Amino acid sequence: MSEHIMSGKFYYTIWIVLLCLTVITAAVSFVDLGPFNTIVALVIATFKALLVVLFFMHVKYTSEKLTKIVIVSAIFWLFLLLALSMADYATRLLS
Amino acid sequence: MSDSPIAVEQHGPELLHHFVDAEQQRDAASLGMWLFLATEIMFFGGMFCAYLIYRFWYYNEFAAGSRSLDIWLGTINTAVLICSSLTVALGVRAAQMGKRKLLVVLLLLTIVFGFAFLGIKGVEWYDKYKEHHIPGRSFNASDLEKPPYSNGGIDQQHEQIYFSLYFAMTGLHALHMIIGVGIFVFLTFYAWKGRYTPKYYTPIEMGGLYWHFVDIVWIYLFPLLYLIDRKPLR
Repeated sequence: MSEHIMSGKFYYTIWIVLLCLTVITAAVSFVDLGPFNTIVALVIATFKALLVVLFFMHVKYTSEKLTKIVIVSAIFWLFLLLALSMADYATRLLS
Repeated sequence: MSDSPIAVEQHGPELLHHFVDAEQQRDAASLGMWLFLATEIMFFGGMFCAYLIYRFWYYNEFAAGSRSLDIWLGTINTAVLICSSLTVALGVRAAQMGKRKLLVVLLLLTIVFGFAFLGIKGVEWYDKYKEHHIPGRSFNASDLEKPPYSNGGIDQQHEQIYFSLYFAMTGLHALHMIIGVGIFVFLTFYAWKGRYTPKYYTPIEMGGLYWHFVDIVWIYLFPLLYLIDRKPLR
């Protein structure tokens, strides 16, 4: 792990952004966007998760490539689990 | 020990004898922690997969169940967890700079936020208990048959699946929070005793990684459970 010390101000900025996104995602859910409500909610959640992983968990500044490979693989496995399961369940109604 | 010809025996916890240098030791700890978090992603992933399938099949019941949750408490709890993630991040920074008192204060704040989250969660669960929304023999979701929850057509069995997943996912998350609070009590005790220095703060950093991970799980649980369909019913 890197010894990169970030300024306290930077952490406070990330914190404010995360809080704003929380309020936005709750407020937007009341607006009728049709099928895009779910997409917007998930995009905001993923953006928030990215901020936490990159800055609070210091992944952006880690020197160890192996750590990054583990993270990317874990997300890929999760994608496989969800995508292949839905490839089955979501297409059953088509027949 | 001081006249030992083997220099490695003088190393403290910041460099154990089987590592080349402190950086390698830190990288190894970080890699191990991320591997553990990868297994945690798969652990929660199974739940998210079950959620996805049933939400796809029983959308009406999932939307009605979601509307019955308290969005205010859910939003506040999300904010509480984000605040706790901030105190953890600042705590790691305090450890990096060797500020012992600040580190202890920030760790204690994290524990307070952790208890606040669990308390609010407990209130929400108790509300569900009073509403007979806990799956089982006394389950009764007939109150969800009408607006503002739904326009009717609620299948009680399918509604129980939503609430089963709600309690399983938030329960598993709360269990992780309880374990996290336990870890932070341990970290606070040793931080107070001065075990962590700018040369050796790996446990703070690893505990922090765990805490942030649990925060990220909630960042996804909040929209998936509370915000399925909040727009006005037609």
